[in-house]
Amino acid sequence: MSKYTEDDLKVELENKEYEYGFYTELESETFPIGLNEDIVRAISLKKEEPEWMTEWRLEAFRAWEEMIEPEWANVHYTKPDFQAISYYSAPKKVDPNKTLDDVDPELLAMYKKLGISVDEQKKMNNVAMDIVVDSVSVATTFKKTLGEKGIIFMSISEAIKEHPELVRKYLGTVVPQKDNFYAALNSAVFSDGSFCYIPKGVRCPMELSTYFRINQAGTGQFERTLLIADEGSYVSYLEGCTAPSRDENQLHAAVVELIALDDAEIKYSTVQNWFPGNKEGKGGVYNFVTKRGLCEKNAKISWTQVETGSAITWKYPSVILKGDNSIGEFYSIAVTNNYQQADTGTKMIHLGKNTKSTIISKGISAGKSQNSYRGLVQISSRAENARNFSQCDSLLMGNECGAHTFPYIESKNTSSIIEHEATTSKIGEDQVFYCNQRGIPTEKAIALIVNGFSKEVLNKLPMEFAVEAQKLLEISLEGSVG
Amino acid sequence: MLSIKNLHASIEDKEILKGINLEVKAGEVHAIMGPNGAGKSTLASIVAGNENYEVSQGTIELEGEDISELAPEERAHKGVFLSFQYPVEIPGVSVTNFMRTAINESRKAKGLADMPANEMLKLIREKSELLEIDRKFLSRSLNQGFSGGEKKRNEIFQMAMLEPKLAILDETDSGLDIDALRIVANGVNKLKSKDNAVVVITHYQRLLEYIVPDFVHVLMDGKIVKSGGKELALELEEKGYDWIKAELV
Repeated sequence: MSKYTEDDLKVELENKEYEYGFYTELESETFPIGLNEDIVRAISLKKEEPEWMTEWRLEAFRAWEEMIEPEWANVHYTKPDFQAISYYSAPKKVDPNKTLDDVDPELLAMYKKLGISVDEQKKMNNVAMDIVVDSVSVATTFKKTLGEKGIIFMSISEAIKEHPELVRKYLGTVVPQKDNFYAALNSAVFSDGSFCYIPKGVRCPMELSTYFRINQAGTGQFERTLLIADEGSYVSYLEGCTAPSRDENQLHAAVVELIALDDAEIKYSTVQNWFPGNKEGKGGVYNFVTKRGLCEKNAKISWTQVETGSAITWKYPSVILKGDNSIGEFYSIAVTNNYQQADTGTKMIHLGKNTKSTIISKGISAGKSQNSYRGLVQISSRAENARNFSQCDSLLMGNECGAHTFPYIESKNTSSIIEHEATTSKIGEDQVFYCNQRGIPTEKAIALIVNGFSKEVLNKLPMEFAVEAQKLLEISLEGSVG
Repeated sequence: MLSIKNLHASIEDKEILKGINLEVKAGEVHAIMGPNGAGKSTLASIVAGNENYEVSQGTIELEGEDISELAPEERAHKGVFLSFQYPVEIPGVSVTNFMRTAINESRKAKGLADMPANEMLKLIREKSELLEIDRKFLSRSLNQGFSGGEKKRNEIFQMAMLEPKLAILDETDSGLDIDALRIVANGVNKLKSKDNAVVVITHYQRLLEYIVPDFVHVLMDGKIVKSGGKELALELEEKGYDWIKAELV
């Protein structure tokens, strides 16, 4: 069989134009709905990817076709119709006629509370920005500093073209294409995402944030992130934005892969604030994310997440502790309000000797929401002296919400030490009255109590994120008591 | 300062207060004594605005203004302070952070900007010295793992920080050893002025040896049944409450 080339694809697509009438659509911003091999090829073509990448996507697609959507999570929703979704949209363009006056005033009010600058507000709503000399120079200085250290930080689409050897070597090594239903889907159709490589022995001098990524496009529905910390390097990476994103895409299935080679350390912090649906539970994002890191010898990976958004969250940032003496950490705050449902937690897979993991999970449920912690601590037979400490605390507000904990522990090595602590508490009327009596209004009192409850995790966030995350907790729980 | 007229209040249809009348003037110290279940703590809670109780009749005025419809935080902003019999724990919130929030919320209600950090620190230092509080104590989570004495001392520290017009001390002496009692009482005495007033709720006259009241009231079965000077407290200590009951019959 002769090799299938891009030229063949072009011909095929041209012929299909008549048959399905979809090639003309290719010229416009959005693909027709539905998913098949042609669509996968078309995405790859549109992104001008090399053939190995196209094949990689197709392999994922074929696996996905055979898979069924998982149902074990403690969430209930109408399954998306995967053939009713369009799998490619060109990055949103700035509309020169749009001003902030055209943006939902409710959204603007929230920005104000979060203390987001007008320029950032414009950027987030695709409003044309005035060229501010300052912000241009910030970006330039940023790029220069990273370049001097040999750090690569760009979109994954660019990386596929500019650093194919690195992408090819590591993509799918931590989260294989066939890992799970959503990961397979993401592998087949991912739109864009971030790529980051820290060379040997380099300590990244600043927090890497997607906000600063040059050539930043809309993150899209199927984001793919690949982060490699070479031997002895260090990086702290910030993902997300504390501003609410009212994305029209209902389904989000991202994949994040972290690779920490010997003696490297990765700190990965996320603030997720996708649209959670309205007070009646209408709308909102389905967030099905696969995040996993691999630690080689003496390496360390820390996941810190603040999850306040999305109607459905299905997310388990995990660490494979492959190398001896490696360390995995998971610090999480998950807030659910109104009709939100979250099933989130982590997996710590201990393979190497003397591996250590720490899990601190804080779940806050309000309204009629359901909040589940699901975690797996697995100690393999070779993992001598592995240690794990897990703490899962739940805070309930009101009588209609739920908090659930599903901890799984599998130990095949008797030298391991595993500790698990769990608490469930409720914000008491007496606590609120006490605060009121000291002059603190109820909303502020709730925020104070919730911040106190979440403190251990908030403290793990980089400073600039922590302040915003605190405000975000406050806003997410607004109106939840009364 | 505080004027309560014909106050009736109930919880879950059970009437607890059955027509309380009380006049407290600026510069005065009043003690309210009475047996368990008489309604002393209920009275304190209601003045502070606890919404679990239903006020069916009567008025509560602070400096001539009816405050009975105000939310508890609004009463606090107007200068009402309650030292709780059982202070609640708030994990992860330090005493300092709690006080900073309380002071700034009160300032906000008055249209003032946040208190500058250096001023706040100075105030904290001054007031913690007044109550002989170790500064390390202030970075601990509010009331979490505090001993009974520490909790009560912390209440009076908060009172010192907030400088209320009307302070109601609900069983502040319970759980205190004699040294702690002396420190707390000294604190209250130093905070007393001609412009504020203190209402002390207590079972025993022990505290009243340190915080000397101008008036003593006996609360029984939801009513103030007897009022007098400080000597009334001694008489109660000596004879108990039964003789008053006998007098009433």
